[in-house]
Amino acid sequence: MIAPDTSTPRAAYEVRVCAGSACVANGSLQIAQRFEEAIARNGLAGSVRVIKTGCHGLCARGPVVVVGPDGVFYPAVDLDAADRIIVSVLGDREPVEPLLFRESPGADSIARYADVPFNARQQRIVLRNCGVIDPESLDSAFAAGDYVALSTALATMTPEQVIEMVRDSGLRGRGGAGFSTGMKWQLARAAEGDLKYLCCNADEGDPGAFMDRAVLEGDPHAVLEGMALAAYAIGASEGYVYVRAEYPLAVKRLRKAIADAEARGLLGKDIMGSGFSYSVSIREGAGAFVCGEETALIASVEGRRGMPRPRPPFPTTSGLWNRPTCINNVETLANIPWIVANGAEAYAAIGTGNSKGTKVFALTGHVHYTGLVEVPMGLTVREMVHEIGGGSSSERPIKAVQIGGPSGGCLPASLFDTHIDYDALASVGAVVGSGGLVAVDKSTCMVEFARYFLAFTQDESCGKCVPCRIGTKRMLEIVTRITEGHGQPGDIETLERLGNLVRSTSLCALGGTAANPVLTTLKYFREEYEEHISEKKCRAHACGALSTYAVIPEKCKGCGVCKKNCPVNAISSVIKEQYTIDPDTCVKCGICEAKCPFDAIIRV
Amino acid sequence: MTQNACNCAPEAKRVDLSLLEPVLAQYAEDDGALIPVLQHAQGLYGYLPLDVLREIAEKRSTPFSEVYGVATFYTQFHLMPRGKTVVRICQGTACHVAGAPAVTRAITDELDVSLGETSADLNFTVEAVACVGCCGLAPVVVIDEKVHGQVDAGGARKLARVLRAEASR
Ligand SMILES: Cc1cc2nc3c(=O)[nH]c(=O)nc-3n(C[C@H](O)[C@H](O)[C@H](O)COP(=O)(O)O)c2cc1C
Ligand code: FES
Repeated sequence: MIAPDTSTPRAAYEVRVCAGSACVANGSLQIAQRFEEAIARNGLAGSVRVIKTGCHGLCARGPVVVVGPDGVFYPAVDLDAADRIIVSVLGDREPVEPLLFRESPGADSIARYADVPFNARQQRIVLRNCGVIDPESLDSAFAAGDYVALSTALATMTPEQVIEMVRDSGLRGRGGAGFSTGMKWQLARAAEGDLKYLCCNADEGDPGAFMDRAVLEGDPHAVLEGMALAAYAIGASEGYVYVRAEYPLAVKRLRKAIADAEARGLLGKDIMGSGFSYSVSIREGAGAFVCGEETALIASVEGRRGMPRPRPPFPTTSGLWNRPTCINNVETLANIPWIVANGAEAYAAIGTGNSKGTKVFALTGHVHYTGLVEVPMGLTVREMVHEIGGGSSSERPIKAVQIGGPSGGCLPASLFDTHIDYDALASVGAVVGSGGLVAVDKSTCMVEFARYFLAFTQDESCGKCVPCRIGTKRMLEIVTRITEGHGQPGDIETLERLGNLVRSTSLCALGGTAANPVLTTLKYFREEYEEHISEKKCRAHACGALSTYAVIPEKCKGCGVCKKNCPVNAISSVIKEQYTIDPDTCVKCGICEAKCPFDAIIRV
Repeated sequence: MTQNACNCAPEAKRVDLSLLEPVLAQYAEDDGALIPVLQHAQGLYGYLPLDVLREIAEKRSTPFSEVYGVATFYTQFHLMPRGKTVVRICQGTACHVAGAPAVTRAITDELDVSLGETSADLNFTVEAVACVGCCGLAPVVVIDEKVHGQVDAGGARKLARVLRAEASR
């Protein structure tokens, strides 16, 4: 057995520049180049090294740079800041005080990345190497321990032992359904067939979630190693990674990782001389949310329209080209090497009752610190929003969180002590789902928010089964008319009836969960629906048809575009070049708001 | 026989089908590769002209209905020519709560193209995308391949004006 070569020399001093998608969008590659040039100019390429890493998590404060063995953290680095950091790196290596992270202007600086409150409650297993290693370098992955678990398992464990270990760890699928991974593997192992597939579901269709993307971009080898371990356990020899089309960087890094791993004998034929073979190909999705559903994913990989089919037979019995197929989520797979390396007990020691280990969440919305967080299962919503997220980013309090994306639910502030684990969330009507967590303040209308999610699922419904195709459409029509001020008495009851019907009769979980955002907002924010229907009022001023429009005098430049476009002549200039809107004539169409080039029209 | 009067999708010039040959050859052995073939074809032509779909169906011995069915199922495939510049406005959850609707209003108004449409001069396509995975930067607008983060309505108008100015040059 050839153990991976971990002897590559490590540079003495490392400058880690985040090259995750969000930081790249903020110009982090130019920052990295600036560092590299300065280091080369000073002939220090041997002792100082720039590493372009995956996501550090704190995307909202990018581009993120973390320097040296202590992990000195510089947020929002621009070229000027980069130049000052270089002076320190090439000189006394003291942290550049004015550039350090502060919770608010004037507050004490926090030097180490690990000490930032955003990180304090986190525990990184899946993201263990994200932000640490160079995801495009296999040596960097080796140095961080990737492929050690695979080599150990191939040398010392039987497939059954691997399955047992994963089952005992309590790991449940992170793709949404939360099925026991060990059990799924057992079924796949027991299934009859000479050729089996192990596929990785990297479709990540939930809008507002980017956990899988971060893992693929930050530590692709961890996913490949997890796939190889899973394939060994169930006896698969081929597999696909089904990646979302909107993730070009992830595809690029994954492609390189597969080629590098194959070249070193870590994937492909006779892996590490063990006699076990497993090869991986990439399939790029083509933009259909439903293809994240496993039977639809199979149809899509086979080159057909991605429509789900009834189960059973489950893919573990008859999947890709009617062969036994095990499909696991990216995050699920990235956990596997850690479990194999550290043992089932270590993993099971983290988390709560039936929810073991950690979960990665994409924390977004109206909180201070948005980004990617990995926490032990069982934290409360309040801890997520207030301790990690740093609370509301506006002066308005957080009024709700939406957990689990389009299939999830909305929880009100009164339930913020709910623990985030499978059972506790299910008991209040929400789900862990894939891990999207959106906190919203009072400027979000819960009816409109529910309409938003329903519009998404309705649009993505593949149309195969009637309840989902027609039921979600009718529901969307009703919710939309409520937000447009045409809600009728009885609408709420109809929504509830339809919602429960769609939930219980749809073919796949897309329809089965589509009603959740509506049903949970009806449960916890019913008064907002009632206000929309009976008082024609939207307390958040988010529903255009239920708002009053006004001109902000300070912003109005008197161009007259609003007056020209108003279909009912409700806008006039009382004083010269100052426009006002007559609320009695206004039909609340919102055209003036859309047309104003200076954003001088607001809803009140 | 009377001439076919239908003129709803006039294909200005006939597409050069020979470009497809290497793609078809690359995937000739792979029965499940219809989607990658369509992806490559769209990369070559910018969209999927009907002639291209017909050629793919014929050469892969797949019924045209099946090829057409797949091409129309996935949002990534376009059967009509697209604008020179593609503006994608993220409508993911994070972007939605951070103000994507106002950004959408500003851009569609400034470029005079509605969401999901291409301008008559083929300069711009404006479309919705459900999350590009940069939610930490919400609201996000992607112009061709470049991601612009934290775009508010005013910033969106500026971006759109720059695009208009570039197009008219
Ligand atoms: C509409 C729909 C979309 C889904 N999208 C995804 C997805 O994007 N990624 C994913 O891993 N699982 C997704 N799933 C869940 C998969 O069907 C499947 O349960 C999962 O990939 C299994 O992997 P796991 O056991 O590791 O979680 C989706 C399910 C449905 C019904
Ligand atoms: S919601 Fe817009 S990038 Fe994710």
